[in-house]
Amino acid sequence: MSSTSDATHEAHADHAHDPYLAHHFDDAEQQYDAAKMGMWTFLVTEILFFSGLFCAYAVYRSLYPELFQGAGKYLDTTLGATNTIVLLFSSLTMAWAVRCAQLGQKKGLVLTLTLTLLCAFGFLGIKYHEYAHKFHTGLLPGSHYQAALHQSTEWLEEHGYDPHSHAPVPAAVEQAALAKDGRSYGLFFDLYFAMTGLHGIHVLAGIVLILFLLVRSLQGRIGAKNFTIVDNVGLYWHLVDMIWIFLFPLLYLIN
Amino acid sequence: MTTTTITNEPIVAEPSGFPHGDYLTCDKGWKSWLFTLDHKRIGVMYMLGVLFSFFLGGMMALLIRTELLTPSPWMIRSGDTYNQLFTLHGAIMIFLVIIPSIPAVLGNFVLPIMLGAKDVAFPRVNLMSFHLYVIGMVILVAAILTGGLDTGWTFYTPYSTVVSQTSVVTAVMGAFVLGFSSILTGLNFVVTIHKMRPEGMSFFKMPLFLWALYATAIIQILATPVLGITLLLIAVERTLGFGIFDPKMGGDPVLFEHFFWFYSHPAVYIMILPAMGVVTELIVTFSRRRIFGYSFIAYSSVLIAIFGFLVWGHHLFTSGQSPVATAIFSALTFSVSIPSAIKVFNWLATMYKGSISLKTPMLYALSFIFLFGIGGLTGLFLGMLSVDMHLHDTYFVVAHFHYVMMGSALVGFFGGLHYWWPKIFGRMYDEKWGRIGAIGVFVGFNTCFFPQFIAGVQGMPRRYHQYAEVFQPYMVISTIGAYILGISCLIVFTNLYRSLKKPYDAPPNPWGGATLEWTVSSPPPHHNFDEEPKIYDPYDLEAVVWDPETKSYKHLEGQGLLSDGGENA
Repeated sequence: MSSTSDATHEAHADHAHDPYLAHHFDDAEQQYDAAKMGMWTFLVTEILFFSGLFCAYAVYRSLYPELFQGAGKYLDTTLGATNTIVLLFSSLTMAWAVRCAQLGQKKGLVLTLTLTLLCAFGFLGIKYHEYAHKFHTGLLPGSHYQAALHQSTEWLEEHGYDPHSHAPVPAAVEQAALAKDGRSYGLFFDLYFAMTGLHGIHVLAGIVLILFLLVRSLQGRIGAKNFTIVDNVGLYWHLVDMIWIFLFPLLYLIN
Repeated sequence: MTTTTITNEPIVAEPSGFPHGDYLTCDKGWKSWLFTLDHKRIGVMYMLGVLFSFFLGGMMALLIRTELLTPSPWMIRSGDTYNQLFTLHGAIMIFLVIIPSIPAVLGNFVLPIMLGAKDVAFPRVNLMSFHLYVIGMVILVAAILTGGLDTGWTFYTPYSTVVSQTSVVTAVMGAFVLGFSSILTGLNFVVTIHKMRPEGMSFFKMPLFLWALYATAIIQILATPVLGITLLLIAVERTLGFGIFDPKMGGDPVLFEHFFWFYSHPAVYIMILPAMGVVTELIVTFSRRRIFGYSFIAYSSVLIAIFGFLVWGHHLFTSGQSPVATAIFSALTFSVSIPSAIKVFNWLATMYKGSISLKTPMLYALSFIFLFGIGGLTGLFLGMLSVDMHLHDTYFVVAHFHYVMMGSALVGFFGGLHYWWPKIFGRMYDEKWGRIGAIGVFVGFNTCFFPQFIAGVQGMPRRYHQYAEVFQPYMVISTIGAYILGISCLIVFTNLYRSLKKPYDAPPNPWGGATLEWTVSSPPPHHNFDEEPKIYDPYDLEAVVWDPETKSYKHLEGQGLLSDGGENA
């Protein structure tokens, strides 16, 4: 360890004019370009990471369109839309934060980062509420999916069943309506939970990163000369936002 | 103008004083290694990990081959144990050995030096990549100890999700972490090559090894994330009851195969492309000729990377994919042979009329051309739809991919290891034993795998614990070959290890290479270059001459320069 810190000190002595320049870069511009390119490359890997799920979605939706139409009804469009607005707003505050960092406005930076952080928590709060509701009503992925649990009185009446009878007919009817070979809405909820879950994990990672930025900016360690990290976290946050922009219509707006 | 090249400095780097010490001795203690940000030390640590894993995987291979001496089980009685052995052999060799071998070991070490840079663009990310590699290795080994893995390295569903009783989730997590490590290395290389090339070294003036690493890195970045999500889905299918790949719940196992091979076919090129890059450097240096067809070799690396993404469907010829897709994938598969052949022909043309010296690394390079020729051409048999109906899932496939993975990728790694060994550790290994090892590997390898082609054509299925008696002669020859290969590897590594006991005796440029790593001392200084480096044309071999005084090759003063490190600026 000592060697690395020695090396850093030594490098700093060489470049006394710029304490933020790592020893292996020629100048600040090269360092900034490299960091930006690294981040964009990382975002490409993130897109490909999600692309597997989008691909699975496309395959199954084209195979079983009726399944997606039917199961999609059980998602709460209002909550989804609210979350979309929350995330879009957080992208605005994040972009604002980058601007503040570039201009060296510490107060503005702290404020916009805090707002972004609040939005992120708000998003997860709403998401938690949605998940909890689905757990209670048996709208679970794959083998845990319980068809009968979530059928409300309205659903039963709409399909001409007596909501007070305990006959198992409705579940069978739901399956039959879905068609052929034993598929259930569980497949849709596989994709729903996988996609929103993975996205949620990314929001969590974003929260950690923004917290880190917040601490750094409160310490005054982010300024007009070293805002790259804010820029990069900003890019990441916009990507998380953008993925949600695709998830929202694909999952919530398909009926 | 004082000395024009740093190579005139004493061979042995001065041990005193931190900035002038070499990277091996500049700092002591395990922490100075485990938490180093120096790409050279990270490369050396990767080497230890890769060689350890190679030993593990190799031992499993020898056990499998020993068991296959007789048609009915004699040593490994249980079929389950046998399944676990070949699965772990495959998983270890692919995820822990071949994929990180050349990029993470040799690439890490020489890439920044070839660019005249002090380090890769993101040294911390590089260290993190290594730590993830170690964590992934620990998880994978933990999977072995806590119940093994018997799915084959391909984790095919629904066997891996519904049937297998082994530690699939642990193994899958290990592979996931290793994938992350691989992505970070690739990302680092791409940014380093884009942003840290020195003045005068445009993309088309770079050493071709860097082109190969660049193409490899692109594949690592674009393909590995898809494996990541696929492995995560397997984990949630097993733990949370998801059914995306489970036919019982409407899922589709063939979709899994598509996802898996969308990564794993390009991964084949992650393994072979860097080896091609190494071989290019070896052939140039040991033929003492400028590379023939520079831009063709450079573009062919990129072309292989692109084609690599379009041919995954040839792993699903018999899985019930649509006939149209099958035909298209077959045609695309054939087209991969074009850039591959371009490389081989250019190597041969480079050697033509060269003054070839058959040093150990060159022997490996020649083995590579021969073995890759066989491995590549037998790939065309398998890409042919009608022939594949007969050959799929036979020993022909096993022989084919071993010719490419072991015979080409690992032989390329061995060649590179011998080529850069003096640079990495500052010591020359014994040339005679080096050559014996190289020839032993070649002979052992062919004896081991060539008979498997014949057994495969005659219909011997792969992955079987027991086999029909007619195949026994092939299996016995193959096992003898495996032993020769094992002993040769022992010779190779004993020879390399023995060199480490000597004091530094390697000159800066023992082979006469023209790339930049040969202009610094062996081993290189802590910061790679003690002064602003001069940037030389990597393939102007005529500018590099033997200097009897220093017992080293060196650049003729002022010749072969791309830029002079700002001396005249």
